[in-house]
Amino acid sequence: MTAVATQIQKAKTVLALTSNYAVAYAVKAADVDVVAVYPITPQTTIVEKIAEFVDDGELNADLIHVESEHSAMSAVVGAAAAGARVFTATSSQGLELMHEVLHIASGLRLPVVMAVPARALSAPISIHGDYSDLMNTRDTGWITYIASSAQEVYDTVIQAYRVAESVLLPVMVSYDGFLMSHTTEPVELNDEEEVKRFLPRRERPNVLRPEKPITMGAFAMPDWYYEIKYQVQEALQGSLKTIEEVDEEYGRTFGRRYGVVQTYKMEDADYAIVAYGGASFGNAREAAEIAREKGIKAGVIRLRVFRPFPTSYIVKYLSGVKAFAVVDRAIAFGGPGGGPVFTDVATALWMNGIDVPGISVIHGIGQRSMYVEDFVKIYEMLRDGEKNKVVYMGLRL
Amino acid sequence: MKVVYKAIWDLPVEELFASGHRACAGCGPAIAMRWITKTAGPNTIVVNATGCMEVTTTQYPETAWMVPYIHVAFENSAAAAAGIDSAIRTMTKKGLWKSGKTNVIVIAGDGGTYDIGLQSLSGMLERGHHVLYILYDNEAYMNTGIQRSGGTPRFAWTTTTPVGKAIRGKIQAKKDIMGIVMAHRVPYAATASISNIIDMANKIKTALEYTEEGPTFLHILAPCPPGWRFPEERTVEAARLAVETGYFPLYEYDHGKVRLNPPTSAIVADPKRRKPLREFLKFQGRFAHLTDAEIEELEKEVVANLNYLAKLASL
Ligand SMILES: Cc1ncc(C[n+]2csc(CCOP(=O)(O)OP(=O)(O)O)c2C)c(N)n1
Ligand code: SF4
Repeated sequence: MTAVATQIQKAKTVLALTSNYAVAYAVKAADVDVVAVYPITPQTTIVEKIAEFVDDGELNADLIHVESEHSAMSAVVGAAAAGARVFTATSSQGLELMHEVLHIASGLRLPVVMAVPARALSAPISIHGDYSDLMNTRDTGWITYIASSAQEVYDTVIQAYRVAESVLLPVMVSYDGFLMSHTTEPVELNDEEEVKRFLPRRERPNVLRPEKPITMGAFAMPDWYYEIKYQVQEALQGSLKTIEEVDEEYGRTFGRRYGVVQTYKMEDADYAIVAYGGASFGNAREAAEIAREKGIKAGVIRLRVFRPFPTSYIVKYLSGVKAFAVVDRAIAFGGPGGGPVFTDVATALWMNGIDVPGISVIHGIGQRSMYVEDFVKIYEMLRDGEKNKVVYMGLRL
Repeated sequence: MKVVYKAIWDLPVEELFASGHRACAGCGPAIAMRWITKTAGPNTIVVNATGCMEVTTTQYPETAWMVPYIHVAFENSAAAAAGIDSAIRTMTKKGLWKSGKTNVIVIAGDGGTYDIGLQSLSGMLERGHHVLYILYDNEAYMNTGIQRSGGTPRFAWTTTTPVGKAIRGKIQAKKDIMGIVMAHRVPYAATASISNIIDMANKIKTALEYTEEGPTFLHILAPCPPGWRFPEERTVEAARLAVETGYFPLYEYDHGKVRLNPPTSAIVADPKRRKPLREFLKFQGRFAHLTDAEIEELEKEVVANLNYLAKLASL
């Protein structure tokens, strides 16, 4: 027994990687065929690293050095339509420029995988991290993960290919711009042969092949359009099951799994913070410890999967608490709830007849520093009975 | 140009563009589609930009395309084709592409090429993808109801360049798209007209052969009866007059060398053989308002363009 265990131990490679490099290593392990390359901070080091892998012969892929993100998404859509395994990455303005084609990728049911280290949007121009860009894509029909460590980023990109190719939907893997994309953590890499077994090549039924001509991207009149878009909705809702199964199988194979939501001290929590991304989750966990020392039964729920929205989990965890807060790193401008995820959480509860008071906290916009004390304060506000309001935290007024 | 077909009888009998599509009667672009697919053959993937040819041929659950076909959006057909080319090349290397040599052909209108798609076209050409890009030019955004594009000629009436008291049709001249493409130093680019089928078919063949080296381009004039406002039985005649009046010269750019093709070469050699521009303009509603002075102005532009091309051909 021990001998076997040591053997496995020895085979493991652990590297110090930024989340961006973790993506590149996962893409290499996934043996992708086509990568569209276009620079934007904080994404750029992903495609730089992939270019190194290709130039060193470690990855047998074709790089398309496109002239814009619109073309990047279009090129991977074309390549995926021809049956290739594809990858691209972007952030911020690049993601906005892709927006039109994001809908097309899901409408065509193509298993495109993309990494998005999340970043603030212009104007004013900001290269720093928040989730404004990602949140604007929430209704595009993409499966969306938000990872919270470099290790999870690596594991999630590999899982993403398996999920995308199973449910025939595109997948985005997002994480904190700069706070994760440019900070180094230890990452355990999988054996690449084992990854290949985990991601077998299967011929998809609907690809562009001269032997079996099909028409993709047709024009649909009102008698058909609705049904086709409904199928995207059905596939996306149904994908949660696949996401969980893939995560479980990944856990059995490689020893790491994450679930669709992650919780911290929720077993007996009275007050919960719902968060996403690395920095928010880290701070919230630390704050929960401090709050508990102050006698507040604090817990944290992290959304790992944002689309499809894990409604049943949110309902399950929040139905037992006295109050909750959602920390959003994006503003839903002019909306009723302040933050986009708060609005989702509130909707999830309301749709299930659950009336728990909540606070919508906006924080970390344009990478404004988020302090652990800020998160402690959120727990105190919840304890003190504050509810149903929007708090712009860290804002200078 | 590689001469593969000498007469109409030499063209393949097989039809790969089905009848029963929803294009207007007498649609010039639809005529082009038929000959393009026929000439290219079944080992072809078509990437179509948004426009008349897409909406009239792919109404779900039907399709006019008997070759694999994809439409992504309006401005990105060249980028999507680049992705397909890249996929085929890598998957061939990895043993995952089993269809052998496959033509990748973009089909896009003037709006999708001169205007909104210019960036992705330029990127695709610059990177040297193995793609034949075919521009079917009906000289306006027809699918949205006849608005001006960068390919619309001067003085033409469109719904966004109406003929009023102050302004009489489109103000600017037609963009020199061939010049833009040639500036990318592609292996092959050529103009063609649906009135000169054999010339067009041979150019398609030549262009497809050269895609082994890099991107190729065809600019096909394809008149549109409702957009140009002429009776639908005169489409081919309109295209022929465009060539015979020198309005739309036929020429090729082959590895840096410009060559004029018949009948343009004959017109240039003997200007008396050129028909007056009026013959092309006058039966079209979009030019019906032109004064003699305006026709003369356009005629001067036509002659200047022919002289310019003759100079290029002599280099
Ligand atoms: C981004 C975007 N802008 C505008 C449109 C609307 N649109 C669809 S087809 C079209 C005109 C196409 O014109 P052209 O390329 O000349 O082809 P034609 O219709 O003449 O065949 C336009 C403007 C669109 N589909 N996408
Ligand atoms: S409007 Fe013109 S280009 Fe469009 S289908 Fe009709 S004839 Fe063809």
